Amino acid sequence: MADGANPESSAQESGETRREFLYLTAGAMTVVGAAGALWPMIDSMNPSADVLALSSTEVDLTPIEAGQSVTITWRGKPVFIRRRSVAEIETAESTPLEDLPDPQTDGDRVEKPEWLILVGVCTHLGCVPLGQKTGEKRGDYGGWFCPCHGSHYDTSGRIRKGPAPTNLEVPPYVFLTDNSIKIG
Amino acid sequence: MSFKSNNKVVQWVEDRLPVISVMHHAIYDYPMPKNLNYLWNFGSLAGFALVTMIATGIFLAMQYTPHVDMAFNSVERIMRDVNSGWLIRYIHMNMASFFFIAVYIHMFRGLYYGSYKAPRELLWQLGVVIFLLMMATAFMGYVLPWGQMSFWGATVITNLFSAFPIVGESIVSWLWGGFSVDNPTLNRFFALHYLLPFIIVAVVALHLVALHTVGSNNPLGIDSKGPQDSLVMQPYYTIKDLFGIGVFLLAFSVFLFWAPNYMGHPDNYIPANPLSTPAHIVPEWYFLPFYAILRAIPDKLGGVLAMFGAIAVLFVLPWLDRSSIRSCKFRPVARIFFWIFVINGLALGYLGGQPAEGIFVIASRIATAYYFFHFLVMLPVILPMIERPRELPSSIHEAVTKS
Repeated sequence: MADGANPESSAQESGETRREFLYLTAGAMTVVGAAGALWPMIDSMNPSADVLALSSTEVDLTPIEAGQSVTITWRGKPVFIRRRSVAEIETAESTPLEDLPDPQTDGDRVEKPEWLILVGVCTHLGCVPLGQKTGEKRGDYGGWFCPCHGSHYDTSGRIRKGPAPTNLEVPPYVFLTDNSIKIG
Repeated sequence: MSFKSNNKVVQWVEDRLPVISVMHHAIYDYPMPKNLNYLWNFGSLAGFALVTMIATGIFLAMQYTPHVDMAFNSVERIMRDVNSGWLIRYIHMNMASFFFIAVYIHMFRGLYYGSYKAPRELLWQLGVVIFLLMMATAFMGYVLPWGQMSFWGATVITNLFSAFPIVGESIVSWLWGGFSVDNPTLNRFFALHYLLPFIIVAVVALHLVALHTVGSNNPLGIDSKGPQDSLVMQPYYTIKDLFGIGVFLLAFSVFLFWAPNYMGHPDNYIPANPLSTPAHIVPEWYFLPFYAILRAIPDKLGGVLAMFGAIAVLFVLPWLDRSSIRSCKFRPVARIFFWIFVINGLALGYLGGQPAEGIFVIASRIATAYYFFHFLVMLPVILPMIERPRELPSSIHEAVTKS
């Protein structure tokens, strides 16, 4: 329509756009309101305060001999603590970074080379890898082996072979004394 | 709808709520193609299985405790102490498998006779939605006894979502309600396992409305042209469906009374232990083909996408198969590739149950590639080029009376 040529039709047109605008804003507000009402319900499924409160664990390292591993529980997950032998530390430190699917130096993964502390959950689909107990399969790289889908981890807990995308996670921890740590 | 009843009460209700005429139409005078074979029994069998699952499930829920410390023992109590508890639980366990058997046959029936083609696209898609809801429900139900397979199955499957970049970890911790599969997870799985079957009932209702709008397909895949091509539901197909349920229950009883744990896994009678993964985790048999696809891809996100893609491809199937002929009876080449697809599907099922190493990995990759090749290349590209369909009969009546 030409400008002002037909006043009736242009009024109708502007009426329609005003109505459309009202529909749109009212519709948008409804969506915002509904999303706002839905959020508390969705958020109620996230970890609750009591679950979050259980988020740190202290461990006494004194009884662990060199070459020995123990498994403790932190946030419902197993945490592997391995007191590595000199040979294990050496292999982990001397591995060239280009051999690693998820490159990370051994030094970045430990506070003290003797103590390797890892979340014992395979980064593929969450199984607990084998290799903590003596006699268990440790995989081709002497660390851990996940029996579910065949991921091999080395003596630094780094992924070497198999479907897992990343290295075994290192949990946040601090040494309280020389022989005890706090995880979380 | 010209429904009239001599019963005054029925007519009074009908005038205010036309529920009786709808039921009457569905059960009595609904016209069905008169040439349906026994493969058309599996829809009603699936419906029967759904009702059985809900009925037994309600009574199990009255005895079950959704808490990590008590769930396993409450299931053992159902098996040992609750009157007929063993029977109700074994019916629930085994009917889950038989529900999937019925639905898989129902789906392959649809694939063979082209039941997903126009005008039945939405009918087919609603069926795929029901299938997805069934898988979610079955997965959460398997977690409830809180045995080793429950726990580790839940861990592996929920971890699938961690494959998504950036948001993956938050989604998983939201699903768990914590940092691992634990009590909050069990609680919500129980709530959802109770809810989803009723959502399935609602989608089944939509499935039936769509079915009654477009009518049943038939082995010839041609449209009914009038009363000479049809039979009314009552008594012809009601009796046939009831007979089918009788045979179905016979087969079911063999498992129920003689091998109730055959389709389960013994590890699930060991209480869940979050610190020890069983040596060989396998899902229930009905998930194995999809599990094989998941493991065939050597990349975490890729595997997850392939597994979901295997179902998504069914959703768009009506537009991938470009042949205007529905039934494989008249598609000499498509028929051969249908059976190759079936064998490939069974092979995926077998491979999903084997350890992920050596020859099994290679075979899984080939079978996975063929699964997608069938839907994405064979149906839309190769078949239209090489296939010359046979001539269709002019009507159902003519085809049935001639032979």
